[in-house]
Amino acid sequence: MAKRSAPEVNAGSMADIAFLLLIFFLVTTTIEKDSGLNRKLPPIEEDVEPPIIKQRNIFTVLLNGKDQLLVEEDLMEIKDLRAAAIEFLDNNGDETCTYCKGAKDTSSSDNPDKAIISLKNDRETSYATYISVQNELVAAYNVLRNRRALEVGPPQGFNDMNFVEMQRNYKDARFVGNKTKLKEVINQIKVEFPQKLSEVQ
Amino acid sequence: MSKFKKKSDGGTPAISTASLPDIVFMLLFFFMVATVMRENSLKIKNSLPVANQVEKLDKKNPVSYIYMGKPSAGYEKFGTESRIQLNDQFAELSEVGAFIGAERAALREELIPFLTVALKVDKDANMGIVGDVKQELRKVNALKINYTTGVGDALNNIK
Repeated sequence: MAKRSAPEVNAGSMADIAFLLLIFFLVTTTIEKDSGLNRKLPPIEEDVEPPIIKQRNIFTVLLNGKDQLLVEEDLMEIKDLRAAAIEFLDNNGDETCTYCKGAKDTSSSDNPDKAIISLKNDRETSYATYISVQNELVAAYNVLRNRRALEVGPPQGFNDMNFVEMQRNYKDARFVGNKTKLKEVINQIKVEFPQKLSEVQ
Repeated sequence: MSKFKKKSDGGTPAISTASLPDIVFMLLFFFMVATVMRENSLKIKNSLPVANQVEKLDKKNPVSYIYMGKPSAGYEKFGTESRIQLNDQFAELSEVGAFIGAERAALREELIPFLTVALKVDKDANMGIVGDVKQELRKVNALKINYTTGVGDALNNIK
């Protein structure tokens, strides 16, 4: 019997397979974007008298060289820090803050505008712990701002949108809605709960 | 003559190379997908801590990167203490100011106030070096900083 040559495989569909793969990866790929905690450093000012701040308006958070957390001179676990910070910021001691729901304790902060969180660290503090603490403090602000956003948003036409979502939507080019109005709402909340977090050297 | 012609009979048929471009394209796509664009090659250990209250680092504004961490394998001669890396080389603390100056010089003037300094710090580094760098940044008035982190539960940082 004569040797038969192997039949040629039809390669016409190869291009389709390649395109299918290309489209799959095009759709599923996300270009990694860096993310992190944004902070602003205080400028160096010489010969400026430090403003007098009442002790009750300062929430001292100290991280020592052994990564122990001291809040208002008491030892605390990092997981409890968020609640403690919220309680401090939301306290409303002088009752001028109409949107606060705090305990109105006169020995704690006057109102969110005056409340300052002071974060101190040692040279030996590990960076991972420091970031965890920063994260919890930012979270405390975000919790309060989210709560406020759900109150302020609906009358302006932004239903079921918390502060973090508002900020994300504001940056999102695909967001359909009134961006100038959204910016106003964001700014209002930022003024009502200003992030006063000082990092002490 | 016929003696020679016969030889070509019954030989293996040529393999079709029509699919070769497709294979090449597939490889191309694979590498396109798998490639991570990296600005600098790191000489330090740089595993970032995680946090969940993160904001995206806006690439519309200029970003400069400062890396900190222990020298990685192969660079042990630089010691075991955390070091600063600027661009592609190890740097001293005093060079941070000059680095920011150089970064600013490369920018259009109207963008200079928006320069963000992203601190990519290894989670095992200690705050001493970070504090020093922050102080240097304050001296050159580069006040917008970003602690670059991964995304995850911050309580996992501590073990």
